[in-house]
Amino acid sequence: MGEEEGLHQTQLLDTMFVRGLKRKCFDGEEDIEGTLAGIKAIPSYNLQRQSLLDMSLVKLQLCHMLVEPNLCRSVLIANTVRQIQEEMTQDGTWQMINTQSTGQASLDRLVSTDILCRSSREQAEGKHVPGYSTFNKDFESDQAQDGSETMSTASSVQAPRNLQSNVWEMENPQENKGNFQKSLDQIFETLENKSPNSVEDLFSEVDNSYYDLDTMLTGMMSNTKMGHCDGLETFSSPTTATSSSNCKSDLNELDHIVEILVES
Amino acid sequence: MEEDVETRKISSSFLRDHSYATEADIISTVEFNHTGELLATGDKGGRVVIFQREQESKHQPHRRGEYNVYSTFQSHEPEFDYLKSLEIEEKINKIRWLPQQNAAYFLLSTNDKTVKLWKVSERDKRPEGYNLKDEDGRLRDPSMITMLRVPVLRPMDLMVEATPRRVFANAHTYHINSISVNSDYETYMSADDLRINLWNFEITNQSFNIVDIKPANMEELTEVITAAEFHPHHCNTFVYSSSKGTIRLCDMRTSALCDRHAKFFEEPEDPSNRSFFSEIISSISDVKFSHSGRYIMTRDYLTVKVWDLNMENRPIETYQVHDYLRSKLCSLYENDCIFDKFECVWNGSDSVIMTGSYNNFFRMFDRNTKRDVTLEASRENSKPRAILKPRKVCVGGKRRKDEISVDSLDFSKKILHTAWHPSENIIAVAATNNLYIFQDKVN
Repeated sequence: MGEEEGLHQTQLLDTMFVRGLKRKCFDGEEDIEGTLAGIKAIPSYNLQRQSLLDMSLVKLQLCHMLVEPNLCRSVLIANTVRQIQEEMTQDGTWQMINTQSTGQASLDRLVSTDILCRSSREQAEGKHVPGYSTFNKDFESDQAQDGSETMSTASSVQAPRNLQSNVWEMENPQENKGNFQKSLDQIFETLENKSPNSVEDLFSEVDNSYYDLDTMLTGMMSNTKMGHCDGLETFSSPTTATSSSNCKSDLNELDHIVEILVES
Repeated sequence: MEEDVETRKISSSFLRDHSYATEADIISTVEFNHTGELLATGDKGGRVVIFQREQESKHQPHRRGEYNVYSTFQSHEPEFDYLKSLEIEEKINKIRWLPQQNAAYFLLSTNDKTVKLWKVSERDKRPEGYNLKDEDGRLRDPSMITMLRVPVLRPMDLMVEATPRRVFANAHTYHINSISVNSDYETYMSADDLRINLWNFEITNQSFNIVDIKPANMEELTEVITAAEFHPHHCNTFVYSSSKGTIRLCDMRTSALCDRHAKFFEEPEDPSNRSFFSEIISSISDVKFSHSGRYIMTRDYLTVKVWDLNMENRPIETYQVHDYLRSKLCSLYENDCIFDKFECVWNGSDSVIMTGSYNNFFRMFDRNTKRDVTLEASRENSKPRAILKPRKVCVGGKRRKDEISVDSLDFSKKILHTAWHPSENIIAVAATNNLYIFQDKVN
């Protein structure tokens, strides 16, 4: 059963989570790696905190199914996300994200959404969703109309986001592309209209567009119950670019993902 | 009757269990009635099955009052909320018995939205000799009747019938997690994630809201109600627990809306154990008054705590249920096991407490001797009338022969629901879709 598998996959993270050690993003990393010199391939504190945040956001997304979600569970997960956010804010890592140049802001949002919904297979092969260019056209009229140009831009952005995107590796059944498109359009709509908010909006009144997101995600839900942490295995190999810049870009993306969740 | 729950003295006697593999048979609640004569179970398919204890007979002394099926009925059906486009599950969340006042038995059963009062009664006689209808029930032609007779009651095979007497609906926006019958036997409460309502058994079209923790702005929601119970003797007092690990005791005499608690129970956090999961594992999944009414017991993810009602700042006793899971919290968060809601129960004399764990293990703690035992509810490991062997989980290092390592635990086999007979050492343990009943061995 997947529950046992899950236990093994995240064992590495478990060893780190035994004590919630607080470490500053810059200062502490060396300390951690020093003390754990004997242990191979333990992800840094920031990485594990990041992955916990990602895991939590995925859980919140997949909360909403045909049956009303368990409110207690949603509240506990949301509180965990808030807690991580607060700690990141204190560390200064969260702030830095927001002050980063927003030149690529709109494109970033696009990419993050795409990663959110892309099938794991396509990600692994490095392909892009065929309909990607179509989404792009609908949303950004002032962006490059040429799909290929957008795609190439996206692919360059893709690389440093490898860590982030792997977390979203979800076993996707052969989902109808039409559903994706329709639901994503609605996400973009809301993205355009509202201003960024924090995770507190999660419990605001649900409207119709939400259920379309549900339809899209419901297909994922059945397969992802035990498997959505497969991506965490990537942390076992030290992608030592866990420098602050990677950290920042991941958090930047995360911020936007949170916005998406909030506004849909 | 033996008070001492020595591990070796516990025997097991099996009753017919459900062997189906379907999900609908997953037992979701277990409850003895006030005399212990009846045991009710509710399942995910909305069914209630009631077991009755056999009268002990001299002829078969080894069959010490076994439990047999007494009545089965469909309590709740799945519904669809058209307004929200959501299904309402028929799973029975809780069953609570009313004290017996006449020959019939009454119980409350609830799913996420609706509470029902069921009457379970026996029929062992039926009237025969009607004038206007014949034995098949067909109407007789009045013009053909030439003489009148008085119907007489004749014995028949025992029939147990369950009829819904009241349906308490449309009072909860959120999912009902608890129901509790008041000691006045006239009212009861139902609690959902954000509100608690007080009902009168006779009135189904209205209820009083006595607790409301819904914030004006739902975005500010950070805490929900997880369980609630009335005091066993004081009909004005009740407690409710929260997802933040707090318990509030309220007095209904102070105001109509008991938003301000009379007592607030919370243990200060241990800073050395702090992690991102601290809040989640502190969330209380069950709260139970002791039979004496002097203590409350709470269950959070890793521990069971006993509180004295007169001391709010910390529990008087803390028992570790499965502390070896503390280093596995991330994995358990990933597979959602960290959100499992375990229940806890007192024995009749409040000297022993019991709660479930994973791998079909359940734990008992003797409050007086401070001894504890881990037992397993599974067919492979216990035969009828065999004595249960204590189990042990090995945490690391060398694993002894009979021990099981933490990584080998089956987290899909969880014991969430258990019940203890009100006066004897008989326990009911629900392991997914199987029900186990264990009795104390008679020397």
